[in-house]
Amino acid sequence: MGAYLVKKLFLLIPLLFGITLLTFILTKALPGDPVLSMVGERAQPEVIERIRNEIGTDKDVLRQYFGYIKLLLQGEFGRSYYTNRKVFEDLLLKFPNTLKLASGAMIIAIPVGVLLGFISAYRRESITDRIITSISVTGLSLPVFWSGLLIMLFFSLTLKIFPPSGTGDITFLILPSITLSLPALATLARVTRSTLIEIFDLPFVTAARSKGITEFKLTTIHVFKNALIPIVTVIGLDFGSYLNGAVLTETIFGWDGIGRFTMEGIIKRDYPVIMGCIITCTLIFVLINTVVDIVYHYLDPRIRLHEKSR
Amino acid sequence: MKKAGKISIALLVVISLFSLFAPLISHYDPDKIDLDTIKEPPSSKHFLGTDNKGRDIFSRVLYGGRISISVALIAACLSMGIGLIVGLCSGYFGGKIDMAIMALVDLILSFPSFLLAIGVSIILPPGIYTVMVAIAAVGWASFARLIRGYILTLREAPFVEAARSLGCSNIRIVFVHLMPQCISLTLVMMGLKLGGYILTEASLSFLGLGAQPPTATWGSMISANRAYISSAPWMVFFPGLMIAITAVCCNIMGDNLRDRFSVKIKE
Repeated sequence: MGAYLVKKLFLLIPLLFGITLLTFILTKALPGDPVLSMVGERAQPEVIERIRNEIGTDKDVLRQYFGYIKLLLQGEFGRSYYTNRKVFEDLLLKFPNTLKLASGAMIIAIPVGVLLGFISAYRRESITDRIITSISVTGLSLPVFWSGLLIMLFFSLTLKIFPPSGTGDITFLILPSITLSLPALATLARVTRSTLIEIFDLPFVTAARSKGITEFKLTTIHVFKNALIPIVTVIGLDFGSYLNGAVLTETIFGWDGIGRFTMEGIIKRDYPVIMGCIITCTLIFVLINTVVDIVYHYLDPRIRLHEKSR
Repeated sequence: MKKAGKISIALLVVISLFSLFAPLISHYDPDKIDLDTIKEPPSSKHFLGTDNKGRDIFSRVLYGGRISISVALIAACLSMGIGLIVGLCSGYFGGKIDMAIMALVDLILSFPSFLLAIGVSIILPPGIYTVMVAIAAVGWASFARLIRGYILTLREAPFVEAARSLGCSNIRIVFVHLMPQCISLTLVMMGLKLGGYILTEASLSFLGLGAQPPTATWGSMISANRAYISSAPWMVFFPGLMIAITAVCCNIMGDNLRDRFSVKIKE
């Protein structure tokens, strides 16, 4: 197990280099001169020269890239053009809120999605199955910024149960969590359904049935255990959809997280903020997927054996 | 094909035709400001109501559909084209090129897709071409991976060997013999992806990275009018409904195409 963990973490290194290289290229391609935007266009030539020297834009590209990585490792994502605050500090401040929102969405999406997929697979080709399948296609196709607005209109502006927007206690969290959970919930239901249907057709299910095992025991113990791997994979991948969706959902509900921070950056063309958000979210996403890989290494003895035999 | 698939294709055709022939269907200019008819609810005169500048929502939805659908469609074709060529070469030639390309593909797929699309679109001035480029810059990777995997299974097939022994050049084998084999697979993949591209286009427009005002797109109509959600919900409801219907139809069509051609594509 230790060897596997080390190997997984070792594989992260080239990926991290790749990610930073790509974000570095994007940063280089941004319009405008970063130095001029820092000091203003009317600064003295000596000052411009000095800063250029400090950031290293006068050096060759490879050096600049390593300088960029060094800065990232120090948590130096630059300063916002507008507030002149350090982007990294703001990210640290806002990250817990996004984490809260993503957790809220997960708490809704995982049980509901898996349960819907389960019912759908169990009652394959029935009316229930068709209804659930249509719900999941719809959930996958709704733009979250629209469903969020409709949910807000219904629950907070018409029924006045929850506050419409803002950052605060759990009552503020419920509506954005529901909104953000919809696409993930739909994917999860779809994957659970198709996985379970495949498993129900396997010989071991027939064998277990002929042994006289109850349907309940069959599904909860035998079938579900086998379905866990694709489900866990999707839960991990869905985290990307939470981060993607957070930009739109947080904007709609005025939730003060990384997503809204990104949106504000986009509106003001505040490039250090946008790039900082993209890098942070991507790193989180990559780390979570690595954790998921390691988790299902534990879940499935077949994968472990396969690794050993190689 | 199932009934749902046929219905959704029919609906997509209707939506596209309505957008295409927008000037014949609605006689209101989508961008004309009319301060006498601000925020009117849906009526027989203004079928879907008017917005805060008195512009006809129905007209704007139709004209916006032109941009939203065509941007998503062109982005899908671009992704497919790039992915197809890259995947074919990568799978057929193998070796170092293959390794480098697949490393790039893995890299792109390891980003949260929408955030990477944002990253690409901020380096370009906002507009419809930016959205196309941003979607395609992210989208080609999954096509390339799919095609490459398929070509790996075909590379040693008897018909390729036959072509090679007849003296066909590599280019000819790739583009004349192998490419036609990938058509159904790529089309199915495009069907599965199109709904997502419609949503990405709408989301990027919503963030103000797409077509600029006063030009209407479904996404930008929602972002411009979202402050009026409680006083004039129709301004937000109808453009979003169009996004949702179009995306649902695309996704159902994609699923049906996949089942019809019995192609195995992982979600």
